[in-house]
Formats: sequence, C-alpha cells, structure tokens
Amino acid sequence: MRRFSWFNATSLTLGFAFLYLPMLILIIYSFNGGRNVAIWAGFSTKWYGELFRDQAFLDAAWVTLRVGLMSSTLATILGTMAAYVIVRGGRFKGRTVMSGMLYAPIVMPEVITGLSLLLLFIAIGLDRGLVTIVLAHTTFTMCFVSVVVSSRLVTFDQSLEEAALDLGCTPWDAFKSVTLPIIAPAVISGWLLAFTLSLDDLVLASFVSGPSSTTLPIKIFSAVRLGVSPKINALSTLMIAIVAIGVISASLINKRSVTKRLKDEQEAAAS
Amino acid sequence: MNYRRLFLIGVPYVWLLALFLVPFIIVLKISLSDIALSIPPYTPTLDLSEGWAGIKDFFSKLDFDNFLFLKTDPLYWKAYVSSLQIAIFSTAITLLVGYPIAYGMARAPEEWRATLMMMVILPFWTSFLIRVYSWMGILGKEGFLNSALMWLGIVDEPLTILNTNTAVYIGIVYTYLPFMILPIYAALDKLDISLLEAAEDLGCTRTSAFWLVTLPLSRPGIVAGSFLVFIPVIGEFVIPSLLGGSNTLMIGKILFEEFSSNRDWPVASAVAVLLLLIVVVPIVLFQRSQERQAEAQK
Amino acid sequence: MAKPSKTPVVFAPWEDETQKPIIQFKNVTKRFGNFTAIDNLSLDIFEREFFALLGPSGCGKTTIMRMLAGFEAVTEGTILLGGKDISPVPPNKRPVNMMFQSYALFPHLSVWDNIAFGLRRSSMPKDEIGARVDEMLRLTRMEKFAKRKPHQISGGQRQRVALARSLAKAPKLLLLDEPLGALDKKLRHDTQFELMDIQEKTGTTFVIVTHDQEEAMTVASRVAVMDHGKLIQVATPAAIYETPNCVYVADFIGDVNLIEGNSKKVGSDKYEVSWAEGQAALHGSCPREIADGTRVTYAIRPEKVAISADKPKDAANAIQGTVHDIAYLGNISTYHVMLPNGQVIKAQESNTRRLANRHFTWEDPVWLSFTDTAGVILTE
Repeated sequence: MRRFSWFNATSLTLGFAFLYLPMLILIIYSFNGGRNVAIWAGFSTKWYGELFRDQAFLDAAWVTLRVGLMSSTLATILGTMAAYVIVRGGRFKGRTVMSGMLYAPIVMPEVITGLSLLLLFIAIGLDRGLVTIVLAHTTFTMCFVSVVVSSRLVTFDQSLEEAALDLGCTPWDAFKSVTLPIIAPAVISGWLLAFTLSLDDLVLASFVSGPSSTTLPIKIFSAVRLGVSPKINALSTLMIAIVAIGVISASLINKRSVTKRLKDEQEAAAS
Repeated sequence: MNYRRLFLIGVPYVWLLALFLVPFIIVLKISLSDIALSIPPYTPTLDLSEGWAGIKDFFSKLDFDNFLFLKTDPLYWKAYVSSLQIAIFSTAITLLVGYPIAYGMARAPEEWRATLMMMVILPFWTSFLIRVYSWMGILGKEGFLNSALMWLGIVDEPLTILNTNTAVYIGIVYTYLPFMILPIYAALDKLDISLLEAAEDLGCTRTSAFWLVTLPLSRPGIVAGSFLVFIPVIGEFVIPSLLGGSNTLMIGKILFEEFSSNRDWPVASAVAVLLLLIVVVPIVLFQRSQERQAEAQK
Repeated sequence: MAKPSKTPVVFAPWEDETQKPIIQFKNVTKRFGNFTAIDNLSLDIFEREFFALLGPSGCGKTTIMRMLAGFEAVTEGTILLGGKDISPVPPNKRPVNMMFQSYALFPHLSVWDNIAFGLRRSSMPKDEIGARVDEMLRLTRMEKFAKRKPHQISGGQRQRVALARSLAKAPKLLLLDEPLGALDKKLRHDTQFELMDIQEKTGTTFVIVTHDQEEAMTVASRVAVMDHGKLIQVATPAAIYETPNCVYVADFIGDVNLIEGNSKKVGSDKYEVSWAEGQAALHGSCPREIADGTRVTYAIRPEKVAISADKPKDAANAIQGTVHDIAYLGNISTYHVMLPNGQVIKAQESNTRRLANRHFTWEDPVWLSFTDTAGVILTE
C-alpha cells in the first residue's frame, strides 16, 4: 500500500486549503453577529432571518428557480436530441455546422453570447423577462448537456439498439425501452449540470433579463458591488450547502453502485 | 421514418440557428452600423419592404467606422493587451499552483483518489459568483488577510489588495484552478509507474526521472488545462468587476460597460467582434491539439 | 456448386432438386461508397440447415448477415426469404432474429426480461409469454439465473441468454454473428456441441458467421468460404477439406503443403505434376480437365504424408529430404522436412509412442510418401 510522501501531502494540504478556506471563512462569518465582516461578534443566525424576510431576495430566488427548472428541462431534451443526431444521425447536410454551433457557446466568452442574444430579442421585439432568460439559458446549457450525453452515446454499444429492432421494436420503441434507460444517468447528470449553470449564470441573465425578472445572481452581484454584506454571506452559505449535499450524496451513491457492480461481476466470473 | 429523422435533426438545428448563429450575424451587422438616437439606437436598419433597393441601400451604409474608432481610442487596445496579459500570467500561475496538486492526487493512495477528485469537483459545482465574492471579505482593507497579517506583525499598515490587479489574479487562479487540475490529473493518472521505475533502473535520479519522463508525458494535460483557463479568462467579466479596480482593464468588463452605461451598441458590438477574433485563435489551436490527442490514442 | 462428398450425408437438401431453398441471394451486390462489400453473389440456403459463412475479417460475411437481418439495404439484386423479396421489410418486421457478437444483452433488464423482450413486442398473450420464456430457460439450462442481471452472470451464461433471447420468437432463420468469439477455447468447444444440439431440437435454420475454420467445420452442415465479397467455395465441411477448389480454400482451411509444377495427363482424371529437376513427378487426381503443361499447385495435407527411414516400396509418391525441424504438439508431431530444392514439406505423425523413443531427430535423412488419391491438383 502506498502512502503519501511528505511533498505530496504538503502540496495537497496547501492546495485544498486554498480551495476551501475562502468558502469556509464565508460560512463561518455568515453566523457572525456583528456587521463588520472581519470582527467576530458572537454566534448568531440573525442574517439568515433577515435574508428570509427580504422579499426582493425571495422573489429573485423564485425567478431563478423557475428559470432553472424550465431551461434545464428544455436544454436536456434539445441537448439529448442534438447529441443523438451528432453521434447516431449518420451523415447529413450541415452536420459540421451543427456540431460547431454546439461546441461554440461552451468556449465563447459569455459576454458575446449575452450581447448577441439581447440584440436578437430586441430585433424581433421580444420583451425582456422570464422567457428571454429561459431561451438564453436553454441555448447556452443545451451544449453542455449534449457534451455529457454524447460522451455516453459514443461508448454505447450500437448492437443493443439493433437487437431491439431485431426483436420487433420500432425505432421509437427501441429508443424508449433500450437507449433511454441505459443513457439515463448521463441525461440526468446533463440536466443537473444545466440546472446548476442556469442557477449560477450572471452574465447572460444581466443582458437578457428585464426589470421584472431579476435573478438571484443579478441580485447578489448588485448587492456585493457595494461591498461585503453579511446577508449575502448567509445566502452563499445556503447555496454552498445545497451544492455540497447534492455532489457528495451523488458521489456516494455512484461509489456504492460501482462497488456493488464490481462485486457482482467477480461473483459471476467465479460461478 | 424520414419525418422522424427530419424532426430529430431539425428541432435542435433550428434552435441553434435561431438563437446562436442569427444573433451572431446581428452583432456583426450592428458593429458595422452607426449610433443613432432612436430605437433601436443604431442605423441603418434593414427594410425589406423596399426590396432589392432597400438591401443595396442597407449594405452601402455599413462601414468600419466603429473599428476605426476602437483604433483611435487607446482605452480599447489597452484593454485588449491587458486582457491578454492577465490571461497569460494567470494561466501560468494556475499551472504552477495546479500541477503539484494534480501530481499529489495522482500519487495519492488508491483509496484516497476518488475523494480527492470529488474535493476538486465540488468547488466547480459551487456558484462562480459566490466563490469570487468570498475573496472580497478576505482581501479588503479590513479583511481577513490584513487582520491576520497585522496580528502576526508582518505588516503595520493594511495592504491594498482588493480593487487591484493582484486581487484579479488571485480570483482567476482560485476560480479556474479545477480546470487546470483535472486534465493534468487525468494525464498523470494514466502514467504507468513502471515507466518511472524503468527510468530509475536506467540511471535517472528521482528528480531527473520527473523532468525526463513524468513532465513530458503529462504535456497533453498541461496543454488542455492551460487552454481551458486561458480561453474563458480573456473574456472574463465577473472577476475584474468585483475584485479589480478602476484601472483594471479587461475587455469583457469594457464591453459590458459600453453596452449598459453608454448604450453605444455599435461600438459594443465591434468590441465583441474583435474579442471573438482574439479568442478564436486559441480555440482553434485547442481543438487542433485535442484532435491530435484523440488521433494519437487510436 | 456443391460436389457430392465421399462421407455419407443423410441431410443434404442442396442435392435434392425438389427442395425449395428458404433463403435465396440473387446476384446481390452491396457497395459502401466506392467500396464493394458484396460482389454479385448468389446463394441458396435450405430449411434446417446450419450454414456457416467463413472468411477473414472484411470479406463481407458480416454484411451478408446484416442484410438478412435488415440493417443494411441491398445495392443491387434481391434476397428472397421463403420465396418473397424481403428488401422492403424493416428489421422489426422480419421473421429473422440475430444473436449479436457482443450478445447485446440489455444491461438494465434481467435475464428473464431479456428473453421476454421480443415476445412482448409480438401479439402473444401474457401467460404464453411466461411459458415460452421458461421453455427457453430450460433449453439453455439457465432456469436458476432468471432473475439475475446480465452483469451478474458469467460470459458463457451470457452467451446462452443471448441464444435463448434470439430463439424465443421461434424465427424462421437465426443469424449468429461470431457467437462464440468471446469465450475461451475450452468453453467454446463445449458450446459448439450445445449449439448443434439446440439447432437440432428446435429445427431452426441457422446461419453462422465465423472466422474460426475449426468452428465452422464442427458445427456446419455446409460451409461457404468467402473472400473479398465473393463466395469461393460452398460445400460440406468434408468436401471443403478434402477437395478444395482452389489454393485459397486449401490454404485457408487447415494445414496444407503446396507444391507448384507443370501438369501432364496420364489417365482419365489422373495427372502427373513435374515439380523439380531430377525429381520424380507427383501423381494426383483432378475431376476437371487440365491441358498439358498448365502451371498447377499440388496440395497435400500433412497428415496424409507418411515419414519413414527407408524408401517405401509401393508408394505412388516418394520424396527424400532431411528433417529440418520438429514441432511436438503432444498428441501429434509435425516434421518439417527440407527437400533438395530447399522447399519444406510438413508431415504429421500421431504420437503413439512416448517422446523418448521417437524415430527421427534433426538432420536425419527421411523419405516422405503419399498415395495418388491423397493430394489434389489445383489450377488456381
């Protein structure tokens, strides 16, 4: 069994301290009773209380949640379709253009995507609001979904679909009863990624949101531009906690199913 | 059968055309227009009701004035140069910070690696904005860092870090670190330990084996990680706005300000077009290197 | 095309004029872009046959199978199943099932559900489905594993589930794409016999694709040897082995010595092949007429070549040489004997004695001999 060498232990400790200390400090100071961010004035949860009494924040959170649910669901459908077409669609006219358009928003600076979408919405006279944010987020996040799903489809044994057809399925039936159940984990993680990206997005939303549809990141951004605020610390802590619980439990579930599978396979080979 | 295929290809295709390519063409077009006090605040607008004459008239009014304007105003080219500079330096620093972490992860005991991997991914899922914001409380005049330094007696006066380029660098390295660690870790993890043993067997010391074997073989990870940091940093907007000062010039920030406070859409569009031209080079280079990598693995 | 073989064959519908083939390929050509995968191929396969398509990878055997299953369309020509053109029928409507090389077992379904998958897509009533699945589980001896998922059973068991699944719908024709390729050698041998047994029990027509000549010879009633999208020879395993129609087939199936020379007719179907200066001509037979002086290849299997210290008295063919190499394989030994002209001929002997009292050793002068019916003369 190998052990940590002192060099590796040091670099890992320092590295993870760098990654986690800022968030840790943020979390600790969200329970600070005083207003000053660097002076500890006793444990208190009063900022959480204030946060939940602030209607503007609650409204923004509600907008963000609705946008996130709608856009990530739309993006998952479109992104899965796009991935399927790119991986399985064979050759068709404009395939290169399509894969280019799927790849570009991932690497393009968000300011450009945001600006161009806004100019489109103005050109066609679409009022800025919830709809425009959903459209923008769907376009942006479907590319990520498509990357996740297509990387699963590439390793997917195509003879499984052929076997389904061979056994009497129509193509749609084969997709529904064979392909989809097998790629489901990738589709779900695609959805989660899209949802997280949507919740987190500031730049696109700043361009395409209207006055009545402020999202949480916009609200946070305008609040923290003026300086550190304990209320934002409390909000940040909540968001970090949600993500941490989600990621950790997902990885635990994944680890358990992998170990179980390994055990099953070993037993099967031994039998 | 054929309708189904058409539907499957058509829906995402039309979506991307309408919401990615068309907006882009609009940006290109507006960047060639002139500012006007109207709604929309630029001219000319394409009037298809006049038919061919309208189209001809429209194209004759487009010009490169906005781009010439960008050339005359030193603010813009300074911002471009400074964006590139910040991107290059911060990529280099991220590499220096990220490599030892990735190396430590790859050489960690087997049962630790999944956990370490998750610890790198966790911040990646956490809100970008919050991670940038967390440094505001640390780097400020009365922030955590200054209190700590003064308490330790290292400095007498609080240092000014927030609202300087130093803070921008710290923010970039912090937020983009996972992008650097993950590809390098992937490359190092694949590296066969027996290669190092072979190198030592053939007379290398531990250190020279690192320089002659480990480092060259982790190059694909270094290249991928560097591009993954460099490309988004050029157009970065949140970090310079929150951590940078008024003298922090980054093109993403300028574009946003040009657009929202000055409402000069043609100039903002021209800035966007030029920004795209700048990022296109590293994007193409990155894609080429990824393709070569995929080819080599076949 | 098939020639009557010397071994008695009970089941031989291809020799019976009154039998209607279940599958007919009529001048079928398949092109992928510029590449011709199948080149003007005609072939009849009969009911209850176990038909093997044998050839190196890329010879077009898999394409034939995929055209039968409906995954590839024919470029030219027609394929008839029971006398009807099947080209307009999509794969899910064909009375043809396929067992995939990767088995293609649905990982999210249990063994039972995998076998029931096809039945659920037919009009079969629910209780009959259950009975049929159980029957298939019994046939493949998988009753105990019905509730397991594919990753919870071994490779050999997966193979049996894949077979059960493809047989469940009682197809007119079962296609097997390298069905035993993923199994290790020992298991493969056992499974070959099991496969033949199941084919006999169910009476289904089997078409198997394989690159393993031994497997094709073991299981098949007829073997089609393919190369570059063409059928080279279609015959029973014995006929393919004993009377190959060309050098390619002789060389592809089993081990063979090939000696080039010029032919001369000496009897009704008897020929002489002069192959080297100062050496006696080889005697052999060929059912086809060969003009004198044609460049031919004399093919002789190593096990038909006898090896002795002294010149045998009444052998039709005898050549002297020296032992160049000996490959000891346990049950048999192969002697590589170098002839005066430098050519090496292989001769096989069963090891009826223990290794220690072996007849010959390296550099020994020996005589090789064989009868005039042992070798075949090939013109291509």
